[in-house]
Amino acid sequence: MLYRENGQLKTTYGADQQIFPIAQDRWLIWALIAFAFIAVPLLADEYLLRAILIPFLIMSLAALGVNILVGYCGQISLGSGAFMAVGAYGAYNMLVRIPGMPLIPALILGGLCALAFGILFGLPSLRVRGLYLAVATLAAQFFADWIFLRIKWFTLDSPSGSVSVSNLQVFGLPLQSAADKYLFCLGMLAVVALLAKNLVRSAIGREWMAIRDMDVAAAVIGIRPMYAKLSAFAVSSFIIGMAGALWAFVHLSAWEPAAFSVDLSFRLLFMVIIGGLGSIVGSFFGAAFIVVLPIFLNQILPAAGAIVGVNISTAAVSHAEFMVFGALIVWFLIVEPHGLSRLWSIGKQKLRIWPFPH
Amino acid sequence: MAFFLEALFGGLMAGMLYSLVALGFVLIFKASGVFNFAQGAMVLFAALAMARFSEWIPIWTGIHSRFLANVMAFVLAAALMGIVAWLVERLVLRHLVNQEAVTLLMATLGISYFLDGLGQTIFGSNIYPINVGMPKDPLMLFERTFDGGVLLNLEDIYAGSVAALMVAALSLFFQKTATGRALRAVADDHQAAQSIGIPLNRIWVIVWFVAGITALVAGIIWGSKLGVQFSLTTVALRALPVVILGGLTSVPGAIIGGLIIGVGEKLSEVFLGPFVGGGIEIWFAYVLALVFLLLRPQGLFGEKIIDRV
Repeated sequence: MLYRENGQLKTTYGADQQIFPIAQDRWLIWALIAFAFIAVPLLADEYLLRAILIPFLIMSLAALGVNILVGYCGQISLGSGAFMAVGAYGAYNMLVRIPGMPLIPALILGGLCALAFGILFGLPSLRVRGLYLAVATLAAQFFADWIFLRIKWFTLDSPSGSVSVSNLQVFGLPLQSAADKYLFCLGMLAVVALLAKNLVRSAIGREWMAIRDMDVAAAVIGIRPMYAKLSAFAVSSFIIGMAGALWAFVHLSAWEPAAFSVDLSFRLLFMVIIGGLGSIVGSFFGAAFIVVLPIFLNQILPAAGAIVGVNISTAAVSHAEFMVFGALIVWFLIVEPHGLSRLWSIGKQKLRIWPFPH
Repeated sequence: MAFFLEALFGGLMAGMLYSLVALGFVLIFKASGVFNFAQGAMVLFAALAMARFSEWIPIWTGIHSRFLANVMAFVLAAALMGIVAWLVERLVLRHLVNQEAVTLLMATLGISYFLDGLGQTIFGSNIYPINVGMPKDPLMLFERTFDGGVLLNLEDIYAGSVAALMVAALSLFFQKTATGRALRAVADDHQAAQSIGIPLNRIWVIVWFVAGITALVAGIIWGSKLGVQFSLTTVALRALPVVILGGLTSVPGAIIGGLIIGVGEKLSEVFLGPFVGGGIEIWFAYVLALVFLLLRPQGLFGEKIIDRV
């Protein structure tokens, strides 16, 4: 009843082409943004911010990047962890080596490092695709693992590549409390998500989707495959690199190369599959799902075990986590290949015509 | 020279083990066009089953002969892989027929996570030994030719011969039996095979089962060398470049690719590693495979099925 677009006439092209054409959507999104920026830092406690919300925001950013490459351009990548690592160590080097380097430019420069790395390892995509590309991007993953473990120049000669940052500042304001960090991540995410959303519905985004759907046909209608693919790699790895830098700086604050292992790459891919390939909002759903699920299982399983009188150890919980992840991936691929975002849009459609079924 | 030979032999043996894992990839890809990312998880699962059954069987049945216990454990583990194959076909592959290769690839990624979790839930997650009576003694060769001789592990030689035997058995199976012929027909063309009455679903169960047995053998050999532990799954990631190099559809390609990667890794680590900080064997294989991809995308012996972009 409430969610109707009846009577909302569009009289300009601008009104017709805006991101949320339905007024209720616009109100909702503004309310959500206001809630996230104002209410959450006031209401949420330290644990909720540090353990759930900050990882969720940063992983959403990374999943957004992966989604541009995998979901929009159709180039499968198993090297997202490597792009995050390059972003993190790139930003770290910029911050440490250049005196007086502010945080935000360091993050952007880290993203640019990841961009260069991404283009380099995106080059095989011009020749091969699918499975072969997956192997090529895995090469990026192992190469990055090795570089940051073995080449001491990148980690300022620290043993086993573990580095740390402290006293982060944004515009002279210290980034100390969990609420500050949360707001910083939220701000970055909001800006990048807006840019990404506009990018994928512009000409270049349509080029990516054309390449994804059928590259030969796309080439025939005048889209340059090389330009489209490499630009997808560039944009995607830039965003992933920034997310990696944020993950390292804000969430971990001290890290080693193992923090960006191949497992992280798989997890990012899972986020995109579960959330929805080729959907910006899906990246958020997927990230929320993958971040919250282990915490949820950690809380629920021992409690459930206690009820039936079985003692469930943390190791058993982590194994259960593996099984749930695996089963969910297969389930989503079979039942709902478009992921949670598809369920979301079905729900919205149902709401529009409620109380009628059609 | 002796040092070089030692590295070479070590590389060949490691390569033989890689090719055992790579064989599993090739088998499934040949018969169903699915690139099975779960091969590594299957190796771990099978090895865990083998290790734990051979530990439990003496307790359950009171049989104390190690040989008998190992044989029974092998049979049980093989049966378990059969069940896994059947379930994979029933629950996953059947529903994803005619989907894109990338979708299937991601589905096998899901299977691999599931098997990792399931195996460790059932069988535990410590390091378990597998003792199938492989000799651990070192062997000295060419002591007269070189000073100090060439050091070889007898274990490696056994492992190599088992791998060679496995390959021979598989080629016989593929070339000489009716099922093998059906498998090759399915690999050639799904629709044509189905139209002459080959049951696709059963063929898939069989091929996953055969891949499961290969995983079991690979798991036993790796397990008795390193102990059965979670890191066995990474062996599959190491074997990925092998199939790229050898060609996804070629059984001999998996063997020769494995040998090349094994030798390449060892020699590069020994002779190139010290200059760049060591540990390069992790990515050397991948870079080798990447170079190959650019020059010859179908691999050394693969059929030319890859579509150029």
